[in-house]
Amino acid sequence: MSTRLRGDRGVIAPTDWKRTRVRWTARTAHAVLLAALVAIGLGPMLWLAKSAVTPTQDTLREPLALWPNGIDLANLSEAWTRVEIDQYFFNTVALAAGAWAVQLLVAATGGYALAVLRPRYGKVLSGVVLATLFVPAVVLLVPLYLTVLDPPLLGTSLLNTFWAVWLPAGANAFNVLLMQRFFSSLPKEVFEAARVDGAGPYRLFWSIVLPMSKPIIGVVSVFAVIASWKDFLWPMLVLPDPDLQPLSVRLPALQRFVELDVFLAALAISTLIPVVLFLAFQRMFLSSAGLGGAIKG
Amino acid sequence: MATTRTDHGRIAAPARAVPRQAARPGRRGPRRSRRSGLHTLVFLLPMLLIFGVFSWFPIGRAILMSFQQTNLVTDPTFVGLENFQTVLADPLLWTAVKNTLYFAFLALLFGYPIPLVAALLMSEVRRAKGLFSALAYLPVVVPPVVAVLLWKVFYDPGPEGVFNTLLGHVGLGPYAWLQDADIAMPSLVLEATWAAAGGTIIIYLAALTGVDPTLYEAAEIDGAGIWHKIWHITLPQLRGILLITFILQIIGTAQVFLEPFLFTDGGPANSTVTVLLLIYRYAFTSSLGGDYGAATALSLMLAIVLALFSALYFRLTRSWSSS
Repeated sequence: MSTRLRGDRGVIAPTDWKRTRVRWTARTAHAVLLAALVAIGLGPMLWLAKSAVTPTQDTLREPLALWPNGIDLANLSEAWTRVEIDQYFFNTVALAAGAWAVQLLVAATGGYALAVLRPRYGKVLSGVVLATLFVPAVVLLVPLYLTVLDPPLLGTSLLNTFWAVWLPAGANAFNVLLMQRFFSSLPKEVFEAARVDGAGPYRLFWSIVLPMSKPIIGVVSVFAVIASWKDFLWPMLVLPDPDLQPLSVRLPALQRFVELDVFLAALAISTLIPVVLFLAFQRMFLSSAGLGGAIKG
Repeated sequence: MATTRTDHGRIAAPARAVPRQAARPGRRGPRRSRRSGLHTLVFLLPMLLIFGVFSWFPIGRAILMSFQQTNLVTDPTFVGLENFQTVLADPLLWTAVKNTLYFAFLALLFGYPIPLVAALLMSEVRRAKGLFSALAYLPVVVPPVVAVLLWKVFYDPGPEGVFNTLLGHVGLGPYAWLQDADIAMPSLVLEATWAAAGGTIIIYLAALTGVDPTLYEAAEIDGAGIWHKIWHITLPQLRGILLITFILQIIGTAQVFLEPFLFTDGGPANSTVTVLLLIYRYAFTSSLGGDYGAATALSLMLAIVLALFSALYFRLTRSWSSS
């Protein structure tokens, strides 16, 4: 009996791979696919990298020249300093960091209360939280904007503050669901043992549950940072002050008054960090993306 | 009670006694949970506050506002169904609905079969599999705004534009990608597909590793060829995930905003005005100052349609992940 793992083989049988015709067809198909992926996936990135250091005239005259006539590294420094990409870059980082912290706080504490402490009204509460998954983001656009203009309890407008992006990011039922599911799958005996040893709910949360939950914290973190980095419409609405805007909101406006080569340099700088993060944490990104299909999109 | 000798009463009497006895050992429960109830509330506080203010409250407000005339100066007044009537009477609404459906249709046409074929091929790769997935996923990592702005440069209508130069080599074009009302929408969808296909490929790849190899082995014993196995084993095994990505794509494309907003701002000749762009215009760019009532009324109508899809999606993922 074979005890092979799933994913060990695909449609093509091991015996098929020994047939020359099958092997060559598959290899050719893979070579074509690889060439297509390089051209489509990597091509635009390479073009952007090249054009970021090419004078505008060269890019306009011969956009597909493999090697530019002159190299203009000044584009990059000009984009960073004169166009103040650095400022928008740090705004983007600050927005992502705050949104990440709020999302993690809400999802971890809420998920813990619902999955481990289990209050009697827990079922109803998680139902009300999960129900928001059915409400598409578009419904909230206008009323959420008005809420940020005049929030209840607070009495002062959040417009043009980072809180306007950070706090609404926390209302993410999907994160709560992920955390709750993961916490309920942890072995109950560990909780009981900790309780017998005298650990209260805070100690249990901080010293037992959180250290055991690194994988799910990682997944929620990746989702939170990516979503924040990509967000456009919401920060555009609540941060009308250009000094506070992230890259995604500022770049379209820059296009109107910056020459092409510096603009492309700015685009390249904005792309660099996510791409480097992706290459560094490739496995985590790809497994999160696969998981995304199982529960979310 | 006892005199009404119905069948119901007779069965209910003994059944009532059982849970009462079973509940007795749990007597200590309430006292303990009242003390820990406070701690539970502390942990629930961030969630209750954030969801209360930024989710439940705005949802209620959305429903209320769609029946109100709201501007930020005077108090809102109830106007019944007037907002809905205004929106439904707007000739631009039907253009927007038609355009959104067209976008969704093209997005399925471009973005549905290609990732499936790519994932099927990639799952047979035996060396450097990671390189294939990384290359496929790279466009997904590019910030969407950067992707749109970069493609806007590629779509330069002059013969020296990037795409026009490429197509010029095979004697096509030049095309006015974004300025021609006939091809503006396909141009938008082409970029959107480029930006999203990698994510779908990774989802399919993950699903493909879940196909039980013994199914293939059993089919091979029966003498099945490769195409036969793909058609009768692989695709049926992927049925669930194919349906899920289909629904997700519908929900996503129905709310498309970024591409029409940044590429064309709805033009040329309103050929790329989508429903979400229309909502945005009602609320934030109206010359009369935000028509929030009309915007929420339209949001609500779109949301009801989408909620049906999300409910279907939720049911599918539940049964799918539990099996």
